[in-house]
Amino acid sequence: MREVYIIGGGVTKFARARPEADFRLLVKEAFDRAVEELPGPGRDKIDGTVCSYFSDYFTRQLMAEAMVQDYLGLCPKPSRRIEGGGASGGLCLHAAWEAVASGRMEVCAALGFETMSRVNTAKGNELIALASDTNFDFPVGGFYTGYYAMMAQRHMHEFGTRAEQMAMVAVKNHGNARFNPYAQAPAMLTIEDVRSSPMVSTPLTVLDCSLMSDGAAVVILASEDAAHGLCSRPVRITGVGSAGDTMRLADRPHGKVVPLPHENKDDYEGLKYPGVHSFRGGRIAAKTAYEMAGITDPPGELDFVEIYDSYTSSEIQGCEDLGLCRYGDGGRFVESGAPFMPDIDYGLKFRGEGGWKSVPVNPSGGLLACGHAIGATGLMQAVFAFWQLQGSIGKHLGDSTLQVRNARRGLVHTHGGTGTSVTVTIIEAVS
Amino acid sequence: MKKDARLSETEEGTVLYGVDPIIIGDRFGIDYIHSYAQDSPFFAGLSKGKLLGSRCPGCGYVYATPRGSCMECGSKTEWFELPLEGRVHTFTTCYLGSEAFLGEAPFTLILVEFEGANTLFLSRLAGADPEEMKIGMQVKARFRRKCTFRPTDVYFVPYEGDDQRRR
Repeated sequence: MREVYIIGGGVTKFARARPEADFRLLVKEAFDRAVEELPGPGRDKIDGTVCSYFSDYFTRQLMAEAMVQDYLGLCPKPSRRIEGGGASGGLCLHAAWEAVASGRMEVCAALGFETMSRVNTAKGNELIALASDTNFDFPVGGFYTGYYAMMAQRHMHEFGTRAEQMAMVAVKNHGNARFNPYAQAPAMLTIEDVRSSPMVSTPLTVLDCSLMSDGAAVVILASEDAAHGLCSRPVRITGVGSAGDTMRLADRPHGKVVPLPHENKDDYEGLKYPGVHSFRGGRIAAKTAYEMAGITDPPGELDFVEIYDSYTSSEIQGCEDLGLCRYGDGGRFVESGAPFMPDIDYGLKFRGEGGWKSVPVNPSGGLLACGHAIGATGLMQAVFAFWQLQGSIGKHLGDSTLQVRNARRGLVHTHGGTGTSVTVTIIEAVS
Repeated sequence: MKKDARLSETEEGTVLYGVDPIIIGDRFGIDYIHSYAQDSPFFAGLSKGKLLGSRCPGCGYVYATPRGSCMECGSKTEWFELPLEGRVHTFTTCYLGSEAFLGEAPFTLILVEFEGANTLFLSRLAGADPEEMKIGMQVKARFRRKCTFRPTDVYFVPYEGDDQRRR
């Protein structure tokens, strides 16, 4: 396999509604930003595209990927669609990685979009819930917030996690987004704001949930030769992993923890895993990516993480799956301040205990605050990671507050279903 | 050939939400002819007041939500009757939801665990307020009198039975 680099990235602002632009124009906006730093007509360097959008119902246009390709003026180059629920963007990034790693393409653009404003919020939730078993799950009251809420409730029962710890994730991510002009919902919040906002699905309030968005994101990947010819500061993808789990939460096994190299199996004596409190797919995707990148101590070797925080609870669960802290410690990990940006004032007091190393989680603001245009989301996360590792956050966001100091290695994590399809990508700066 | 040919006019009109850009109402609906196929015996069971799960003759894995093929060993599973009492493994009360269920909110979802089953079953719980909900509480299946051949033909209610061992 060949080495694969990221040489360009672009995102649109995610917004509740962008009626002035259809999916083609949204992708074009992100694409133009991604190629503007490439020399010459950047578009000409691209050998083909992969495109992710989640729902045919939101788009109501089949073969939309071909129409995007067409609108960008990339015909007759090859294009195809990648879909895996919320993991679509992450899977799309991996598909582009495969195209370049295999030698099939020198330069491949990963495109992603979703236009969710075309239906009302309740209908949107229904279309999303069609990504659950339509015989056994959807008809019972299909609602993703409900599914994740049941997982959060079991996490609280199993490990003593508290709603206030989950609320701190919302304070962090909305707080970070204040410095990200692409974010949909920047806000200075308090734990009380989160807990007193309207209840959606116990224990998750409106502010524990990510947002529906219109938006697009584009990442351009290239081989080593192409990368060095086209980009002054490429970054390298050093690990990819993806894994799945049963579609129905009810079917998840209650077996044994899959430990990471820095973990002790005996720490998890008696813990039934993954049950519905943890995401086995996230753990195995991480393990695969860590092995490929040669990472044996994730919290010590990662400088930041862009995690798929569709809910505050799933960020806590995701931190555990990725091994930033042990299973069961996710709530206390947040309380310690470890996943917060060290130089931002969130109006919170941290406990500072637990001995966890500082690993900023969702410096961009994550899905909670940047928004969640499903097919674009994983690519949006990758664009922010690309800029972090280039050291170009200040340039692209117009403010360097969110630049993680000495960012050498980052991780991007995406979730489809209830952890039914998970991707992990490790990206590193090139010295 | 007719030079004065015209397409017929309609008086349907269009729902218009805005003109800059032009935003119109547009409907999309499909009636499916949906077969439950290999899952059919479960839905037939509900109409007879039975809760059917699957058991693997190959490895002995027991599924509280049926599946025709064992996820552990790939064998074809057999049907068996689940007990009608179980415990709440986890729960949530939904105050909002998908459009299809908005009128039913708030409603409580539970995953039920059954003695001797390796997996869980998703259902609705009736008869307990959100603050009364507890993981581990005993629940009992009830069946709708007028069946609809949907998984909601069965639901659960709180139940004070003999104490069973918790999962």
